[in-house]
Amino acid sequence: MQSRSKMLKKAFTTAFPYTIPIFAGFWFLGITYGIYMNVSGFSFWYPMLMSVTIFAGSIEFVTVNMLLGAFNPLQAFVMTLMINARHLFYGISMLDKFRGTGRKKFYLIFGMCDETFSINYTADIPEDVDRGWFMFFVTLLNHFYWFSGATLGGIFGSLINFNTEGLEFVMTAMFVVIFLEQWLKEKDHTSSLIGMGISILCLIACGADNFIIPAMLAILGVLTLMRHPFERKESVESKAGVNEVEDSRSEKKKVELSSFEEGGEVQ
Amino acid sequence: MTLTQQIITVAMVVLGTAVTRFLPFLLFPAGRPTPKYVQYLGKVLPAAVFGLLVVYSLKDVSILTGSHGIPELISIVLVIVLHVWKRQMLLSIAGGTVCYMLLVQFVF
Repeated sequence: MQSRSKMLKKAFTTAFPYTIPIFAGFWFLGITYGIYMNVSGFSFWYPMLMSVTIFAGSIEFVTVNMLLGAFNPLQAFVMTLMINARHLFYGISMLDKFRGTGRKKFYLIFGMCDETFSINYTADIPEDVDRGWFMFFVTLLNHFYWFSGATLGGIFGSLINFNTEGLEFVMTAMFVVIFLEQWLKEKDHTSSLIGMGISILCLIACGADNFIIPAMLAILGVLTLMRHPFERKESVESKAGVNEVEDSRSEKKKVELSSFEEGGEVQ
Repeated sequence: MTLTQQIITVAMVVLGTAVTRFLPFLLFPAGRPTPKYVQYLGKVLPAAVFGLLVVYSLKDVSILTGSHGIPELISIVLVIVLHVWKRQMLLSIAGGTVCYMLLVQFVF
């Protein structure tokens, strides 16, 4: 029992520092969201309950507009699927990392917003820290920051009377930073450039309201076509020190075998 | 909208969000080996998604009318400079946002 509480404490204390920037960011964003709901004529109950149950930043802002418009549940559902379709990509990226996390897995998936995904995907979790509980606390803390920020904004929003025009840019700034973090970390920028380039093209071609799905499909298509060149490149890089004596047939086999797993066995 | 209609609308958003998060895990359960192709996607998709998110957050900026996206451009450059310089997530986000607010409120 004692070793369990010790393990939990360790996971929590390892996870907490990772979430500090999110704490600030989510309070900033969450309070903005709460204020936005407040000035749109909703009581604090709305941002409070929506921040807990939806827990996905951008769609919650969109939901405010939905609630102000005509009742159309099917449209609300389809619009949510489209705006949040990017979560499908997060799930695919986390299939392995969430493996073996037991009952916590349900909550890990439920709470996988952009920022939680970013941390849980990129964090270097020390060997002696339980991975599952680390990710659980990251998710829980972020969930709590968002909930408390949205609620406070909803309660005290009416007391704030400075000009908030332009505050919504905080979301753009956050996504630019996340993109930049990935850019500074990765060796090969192909995927980043594909993602941004295709999105811009689709935005120009399809317009602001309809570009996400075409962009996702195009990204998926291009990355699929890139699979073999990508894997060959990675395979060549990982073999840099190995002398090349094999014939081309085993070479081909190796490319397939090593796939995208780090240090794939090549012999 | 009545309260019931509001609850249904929010419930639809909750359901839609949950579907997008749970679907990959339902399609590729832990008990079975994930197809190599999906593993590959899991490796290359995140970077592309972050690019998509940036464009997504700027989708309503109009280049041809209004302020021509100039406040956005200036603020993004500031975010990048701040972040490359200090590498402090919060500072970069706050700095860019304050810059943008000042630009749209007082300059443009």
